Formats: sequence, structure tokens, C-alpha cells
Amino acid sequence: MANHNELIEHSHHSYSKYILVWMGLLTLTAITVAVAGVNLGDVTIAMAIIIASIKSYLVITEFMHLNTESRTFKIFLGVALFFIIISIVLLFSDYSKM
Amino acid sequence: MAGIAETVQANGHESYLDHKGKHKGIFAWILSTDHKRIGILYLVAILSWFLVGMTLGGLIRIELLKPEGTIIGPQTYNAFFTLHGVIMLFIFVIPGIPAVFGNFFLPIMIGAEDVAFPRLNLLSWYLYMLGGILIILAIFLPGGAPDTGWTFYIPYSVRTSTNMIITLSAVFILGFSSILTGLNFITTIHRLRAPGMGWFKMPLFSWGLYATGWIQVIVTPIIGITLLLVIIERVFGVGIFDPALGGDPILFQHLFWIYSHPAVYIMAVPAMGVISEIIPTFSHRTIFGYKFIAYSSLAIALFGSLVWAHHMFAVGMSDSAEFIFSLLTFIVAIPSAIKVFNWTATLYKGSIQLDAPMLYALAFIFLFSIGGLTGIIQGALSVDIQITDTYFIVGHIHYVVFGTAGFGIFAALHYWLPKMFGKMYNMKFAKVAFWIIFTGFNILYFPFFIMGWLGMPRRSYHYLPQFQVYHVISTVGSWIMIAGILMMFYNLIKSVINGPRVTERNLWGGETLEWSVATPPPLTNFDKIPDVIDGPYEYKDNDIELEEVK
Amino acid sequence: MSTQEQAVTAHVHRDDVGARMGMWLFLFTELILFGGLFFVYSVYRFLHQTDFHVAAKSMNVFIGTTNTAILLTSSMTIALSIVALRNRKKILSLSLQGITVIFGLIFLINKYFEWTAEIHHGNYPGSPELLSQPPGHILFYGLYYVMTGLHGLHVIIGMIVIMFMMRFTIKDVITPDRIVKLEAAGLYWHLVDIIWIFLFPLFYLIT
Repeated sequence: MANHNELIEHSHHSYSKYILVWMGLLTLTAITVAVAGVNLGDVTIAMAIIIASIKSYLVITEFMHLNTESRTFKIFLGVALFFIIISIVLLFSDYSKM
Repeated sequence: MAGIAETVQANGHESYLDHKGKHKGIFAWILSTDHKRIGILYLVAILSWFLVGMTLGGLIRIELLKPEGTIIGPQTYNAFFTLHGVIMLFIFVIPGIPAVFGNFFLPIMIGAEDVAFPRLNLLSWYLYMLGGILIILAIFLPGGAPDTGWTFYIPYSVRTSTNMIITLSAVFILGFSSILTGLNFITTIHRLRAPGMGWFKMPLFSWGLYATGWIQVIVTPIIGITLLLVIIERVFGVGIFDPALGGDPILFQHLFWIYSHPAVYIMAVPAMGVISEIIPTFSHRTIFGYKFIAYSSLAIALFGSLVWAHHMFAVGMSDSAEFIFSLLTFIVAIPSAIKVFNWTATLYKGSIQLDAPMLYALAFIFLFSIGGLTGIIQGALSVDIQITDTYFIVGHIHYVVFGTAGFGIFAALHYWLPKMFGKMYNMKFAKVAFWIIFTGFNILYFPFFIMGWLGMPRRSYHYLPQFQVYHVISTVGSWIMIAGILMMFYNLIKSVINGPRVTERNLWGGETLEWSVATPPPLTNFDKIPDVIDGPYEYKDNDIELEEVK
Repeated sequence: MSTQEQAVTAHVHRDDVGARMGMWLFLFTELILFGGLFFVYSVYRFLHQTDFHVAAKSMNVFIGTTNTAILLTSSMTIALSIVALRNRKKILSLSLQGITVIFGLIFLINKYFEWTAEIHHGNYPGSPELLSQPPGHILFYGLYYVMTGLHGLHVIIGMIVIMFMMRFTIKDVITPDRIVKLEAAGLYWHLVDIIWIFLFPLFYLIT
């Protein structure tokens, strides 16, 4: 597991990747706002969550460098997300009408 | 602490107690980032609070000697059982083993010099002390001590005029302390294991702390936000749970228990880790099923996070929720049972030494089995509807929490205190105290199951006369147990102050790394970070004699 | 090389991976802290769908969208500040850190105007106008203030943390070779951004 600092020392690091991600994020934001104007009921909220998740994915992998961290970090995030999702699912078992 | 600091310097080694850093006097302790000193800072605070919690329990028992009460009024009674719960759970058992023994021994047992974030460790202690101070304020400030029960249920926690905001803030801060400890231990275990110590060469105590660390980090924020919302309701009138404003008090219960159920595993899993250390050492045999115990710790953490609503079977949840949570509750018993089987199997063909640590460890298995089995009884929906909010539950809680975390701490004290301070306690006295505690414990708590089954409600200031006989037996049991506990503390504290010195590294014939360092350990634990080859508990020959490891 | 040997190399007790690991774990706690609020939001929205829709009508989509763009941009600037420092461009890095803080400030100023407008319209906890509304409506506004308020608090914390990083950068405590503090601060800021990424559609875009 090499220290990723060492690999890229003394070379020029690129800014452009971040700027591209930023433009993607702004675009997705614009799409979310546009979609919200169209009333598709439950699909609208699903789209909103999906687009928000894509934006978060970009921030996490590119800005927060999860892609260059070891697999351990990704498993950690998986644990946290799993907990959140399973808790909502189990919580809603009480609020379903069954 | 002057007497304690005069440890014998074996082989010219200066122990962590002798070490003179840049701070003097009390500051050498409260500004120290040495994990061993921080462990002792926690030890003193935690045991002091335990005595407070125990006193409250004792007073509750005296009150319940007669159906119409004896010594305290109803408001005080409510405050007493609230504080007993808050102190015992949030201030004693949840920090408990990780904060004291985890801090002191985790780095040593994995061959490290300290934890990953020593300054954060000290911050955890400051937050812990701040939480304790706030509870003291909550007791004595004019509004009066909290009276909602440690569960803070809506709507009473919003309506009561007692010092709720301070109490809830205290619990929030204690939660933050717990989070930082868990975060520290997870990182320590990932990053600071000695060369050669793969995950499956780690002692099981470390596995227990690892699983516990994850529970601490993942679920504690939920109670943080939940209590914050109650504070916000009280201060700003934002009606998140208030039924008068459309809120759902049951949602509070869900959120509360999403933390508070896994919290009981924060209490139990480290204690199980202690037992996993003591049983092989005092059986002079390797542990049976190491990997199963390691994986069970993780399984308990996982499934323990999915069963919370079994505290809510009688509040009116949907049928599907009731079914699902009952099923998951049965499942979570399995990894715990695996551990009990494995500990028991470890005893087979072992060379058993019934010293005090082993007595507490064996008692743990017995008490946890009773507690766990009654838990399964409660997991059955049709039964739970009858016994929920009765003394049956109170019996269950004390067998599991006191039986695991409480006896786990007592076991750990007898196992590790001599290593921490280089002083030995009186073993005969310790064993006598043990038997008194164990006897008193069962006389105190077993009647709870009977009364509860017969319908005695919990948290009830007065009761119907038919329950009196059980209450009297129980209260007498509490006196016996308390006497034993005081004897135990007397023995241990006396040993630390002026007991006979021990310089042997390996006091009990253990095989984990803490038994290879000096007694007490030097500041950086190891002269040289060890190269680990063997796994823990590798007793190659049951007949080996205790050798002094130089 | 064992992880411990990697961790404790020539520099005593320096472990950048461990530092980032600790920061990620802390971020999970923040994520789940807000997660609890999202749990509450989802339950109440499920139970009061129409009320939520109606209540959300008075949300100012323009300010919300602008604030979203501001935070996304500030995420980029803090990320770029790390790149700049790695490229040994200290002044550029400091400027980018400073811009990030300023964006945070603008976000908060917008929030201030938004809140005062809502309060002016009588939409605040305990107000007679709000209390006369159906429960779902009251809950929507309760959640709005709590969630955006708590988020705003974290924006303030993030700004303070980055300002400390600026000071460290100036004093060469943070250098191109010792950059983990700035990375950790960046991670915190990104999380604050991610929380807003979810808050935005859930409060502003549900009409």
C-alpha cells in the first residue's frame, strides 16, 4: 500500500479534472431543478434523490479522493451507508400500513 | 498518588508511573496524552461514579421494602431511578471497559506505543468529565434532578420542569466522548499493529474493541441528534416529536432505541473480550474457535444494530415491524451463544486455575446465559406483551448488563490491576468478596423475574402487597451484594496504595503481549516493537510452568 | 512493510493514511447525525405528503439553487487549493482557501436573508400563523429550520477550520510535503457540501 503522496511528488498536478467535475455538478443541479418543475409524483422525488446521489458520488470519488484511497476506506463508507439504508428500511416497516 | 508512584524499577526500567515529563504534579496526569495515564484517569472517575450509581440503587431497594414506601417521596423516587440508569449506563458501563482497559492495554496488546490519536484520547476524557459535571449540575440546580427515566420518552421529557436540558446535553457530550474513543481504537487497530500481527493474530480483546468501536462511531450520532431535537423542542418550541404539533412520539422511541439497543453491545462486547482473554489464560489452553469468536463480535455489532424495536413491542407498531424485529432479535442471540459455547469448550482439558479473575469470568458466563435466555423469552411477541414494563425486564437488564459489563469490569480489575500498578491484592480476600457478590447478586435480581412474571410493574413508586416478599428478599440480597462490592474495592484500592509489589512480567501465565512487558509497563510500552510470530493463546504444552519472561 | 512500519517512519508518529482514516470515521458520525434528521424527514413526508408539498411552495428556489451552486463551487476551490499547494504554489493555495471561506460566508448571508423573509411571513416555530396550519405543514417548517440551521452551523465550523488551515499554511505548518491537515479540512468541507446536496431537493424542489 504505497503512500500516494510519494508517487506524485515533484510533478505538476492537474487542476482541470476538478474543474470538469465542478461543471458536471452544476449541470446536474440544473437538471434537478428542471425536473422538479415537471410533476411526475413519486418519480420526481426518486429522480431528485438519484441525481443527488450522483452528485455526491462525484464529490466523494473525485474531490474527496476516495478512488485513490485503499479498499479499506471504501468498505468503511459501505458500512456507514449500509447502516443508514437498513435503518430507514426497518424504520419504515413500522410506518407501512401492513 | 505518592505511594503509587514509587514503583520498583526492574532492570533499570522506568515505569510509566515514574516517568517525569514536562508537566509536574496533577498536570502530569491531566495533561498527559499517555494512553496508560488516561486509562487510569478514567478508572478513578468511572469507579467513583459506579459507587454513586450503586448507592442510588441501594436506596431504591430500601424504598421498596414496603408496598407503601419507606424513605423517599415520589418525585425523588423518579429522580433516583432516572439517575441510576443515566449514571450506570452512560457514565459507568458504556465508557467502562474501553475507556479504562481498552485505553491502557489495546496499544500494548497489539504491540504499539500508543493509540493512533493520543491528543484526541485526552479530549475524550475531558468530554467525559464535562458530561459528568453536567449531570452533577442537573442534580443540584433548582429545576431538580431529571425524572423521565433514562429513556427520556416524549412527551414527558418535553413537559417536565426538571433539569432536562442539562441532562440531555450531558448525554450528548458523553456520546461525543464515546465516538472519539471508538474512532481512535478503529484507527489504532488498522494502523498500529506490530509487524507480523495480522488481524487473526490479534488478541480477542482487540477484536472486541474493534467491533465496539464501530458501534460507537455508527450509532452514537443517532442519539446525539435525537436528544438535540428534544433540547430544541424545549428551548425553541419546534415540535418535531410533540404530538400537539403533529409530531410522533413513537418516532422518538424508534430513534432513541436505534442507538440505545446497540449501546448495550457497546457495554457487552468489550466485556466478552475480557472473558476471552481470561478463560484461556486460566485454563492454560488455547481458546476454542478463535475465528468464530472474532467473527461473532462483528456479527453482534451488525445484528445488534437491527433489533431496536423489540423495546417497542407494546406501543402499537405495525404487524410487519413486530414480526421482523422479533425474528432479528432471535438471530442476534446466535453469535452471543457461539461465544458462550466456545468459552465453555475452552475449559475442556484445560488446566484450570480458579483465581479471582477466573471466578468472575466463570460467573460472567453463568449470569450472561441467564440474562441472554431471558432476552429470548422477551423476544417472543406474545410473551413480551405480558412482561414488558414489568420487573421481568428489570431482571433481564441487570443479568445482562451487570452480569456482563459489571462482572467484566470486576474480572478485568482483578486480571490487569496488578500489571497496571505493580501491586498485588490479597487473593483469598478477593475470592471471599467474589462469592459474597455473586450470592448477593442472585438473591437481589432473581426475584425480579418472578415478580415481573406475576405482574409487578417497573419504575413504580409503590406496589401491591402481594409482591412484598420478593422485594424484601431482593433488598436483603442488595445488602449482601453491596457489602461484597465494598470488600472488593477495599481489597483492590488497598493493594494499589500499599500492597506488596510485583515485578514479575507474567503474573498469570498469559500469552498476550501485555505479559511480556515490564510490570508496570514503561512509558513507550516496548523497548523495541516486537516482531510477532505466534498467535495469541498458543499454549504449546498444558504442563508448562509459569516462567518469568525477561 | 507492516502497516505500523508504514505509519511510523522517519517522522515519529506521522501517519497520513491514519489521519485520513480518522477523519473519514469522524465524517461518518456527522453524516449519520444528519442521517437521523433525514430519517425524521422521510417519515413525516411519507405521513404528510400533501402538507409538505403545500408548505414547500413558499420556499425560495432561486436562493436555494444559488446556494447550491455556491457550495459546489466552494468544494472545487478547496480541492484546488490542495492541488495548488502540491504544485508548490503557496499564494494560489491560500487564495483558494480564502475564496472557499468567502463562499461559505455568502452562503450564510443568503441563508440569513432567507430566514428573515420566512420569519417576516410568520413562518417560524411557535408563530400563530404556523400553528394554525395542519400538522404536516408545521413539521415541514420545524424540520426546515432545524436541518438548515444545523447545516449552517457546520458551514460556520468548516469556515473556522479552513481559516485555521490558512494560518497553518502561512506559517508553513502545512507544506507541500505535510499536507494532511489541509486534506482533512477539505474532507470536512466536502461533507458539508454533500449534506446540502441532499437538503436542497428535499426542501426546495418538492412542489
